[in-house]
Amino acid sequence: MTPTSSTSESGGPASPPSLLALALTFNHIALASFGGGLSAWSREVVVVEKKWMSDEEFLSALTMCRILPGANQINMAVFVGTKFRGIPGAVAAVFGMTFVPVLIILAMGIAYFKYHHIPALQSILKGAAAAAVALTFSMSIKTGQKCLRGPVPVILFAATFVMNGILRWPLLGVLAILAPMALLWAWPREKKP
Amino acid sequence: MKDEGLNLIHILLLFSSLSLLSIGGGNSVIPEMHKKAVDTYRWMGDNKKQGDKQFADIFAISQAAPGPSILIVTLVGYKAAGIVGAILATVAMIFPAAVLVYLVTSIWQRAEKSPIRHAIEKGFAPLTVGLVLASGYVMGRAADHDWQAYILTGICTAICTFTKVNPLIVVGVAGFIGWLGWV
Repeated sequence: MTPTSSTSESGGPASPPSLLALALTFNHIALASFGGGLSAWSREVVVVEKKWMSDEEFLSALTMCRILPGANQINMAVFVGTKFRGIPGAVAAVFGMTFVPVLIILAMGIAYFKYHHIPALQSILKGAAAAAVALTFSMSIKTGQKCLRGPVPVILFAATFVMNGILRWPLLGVLAILAPMALLWAWPREKKP
Repeated sequence: MKDEGLNLIHILLLFSSLSLLSIGGGNSVIPEMHKKAVDTYRWMGDNKKQGDKQFADIFAISQAAPGPSILIVTLVGYKAAGIVGAILATVAMIFPAAVLVYLVTSIWQRAEKSPIRHAIEKGFAPLTVGLVLASGYVMGRAADHDWQAYILTGICTAICTFTKVNPLIVVGVAGFIGWLGWV
């Protein structure tokens, strides 16, 4: 149902976004994610709304960002910023993602240290967290529809979910087992240059 | 009174090393951060039990607040050395890992036509979908404690998947439902 599999420009609009656009976009992603679900928000904005990347590029970048040290979504901000504007782009995206949240968390923390209870919001956040979980589920359904075609990807997907989600094996262990198989399956074969 | 300068050096060293150790995401170094902040440096006060509770509470705040949950370091730094400590801890936690990601991304962008990049983009997609589903599952186990919350998550999942409603509206309405005390 998605005819966009062609991705004509091979990842990215004609003119790369400005530094301000990068900062504002990642600020928007960060603020939208109260209650959680940051990677679902990243995809929603970067892939669906702004069309800065294809789903394939986003997903592989997401796993790369998980393997490398650092908070996953800050890493994603570095990736997207670097892709479009090099070092200044990375700085702008990370700044956008963290500046306002730092102010908010400081305000919440200072209130907490002063009054020694978590500032109200608890019950609101309970509802919001349930929706953030839903966003994450919905992201896996939407991206799964596109890339889980054929038995091999479905087996790879299911094995990853069971090992990491149910059995709670560490990420690096799971990838050490499954990534070689995935690469073997996906390696380009007998195609003209 | 503690020596402020020494405190700042401890903040810098602790968080810049945790930055490079946080493979798999920020939450992987929370146990180590807890040990150092509460037991070693006693930033959460001299009473161990109270320190444990404070750490657990600021962890909850960082999970709920908008933005990356690794910003728990902002609050640990704040407790250790005020606003300067907060800023230093945040920068120290972000900078080393970000430099590494920058280097890898630069190489990645240059390898646009290589078979390895093609294989990773295609082959990692199913793995990533599995990881995302796993994190939703783990988050759901932690966030949803009763059947009302499970139903709310189910309804929101259907809305986000099958309609074009802005997710912000979904999260906002779900927050309102929480505020009403229905979940």
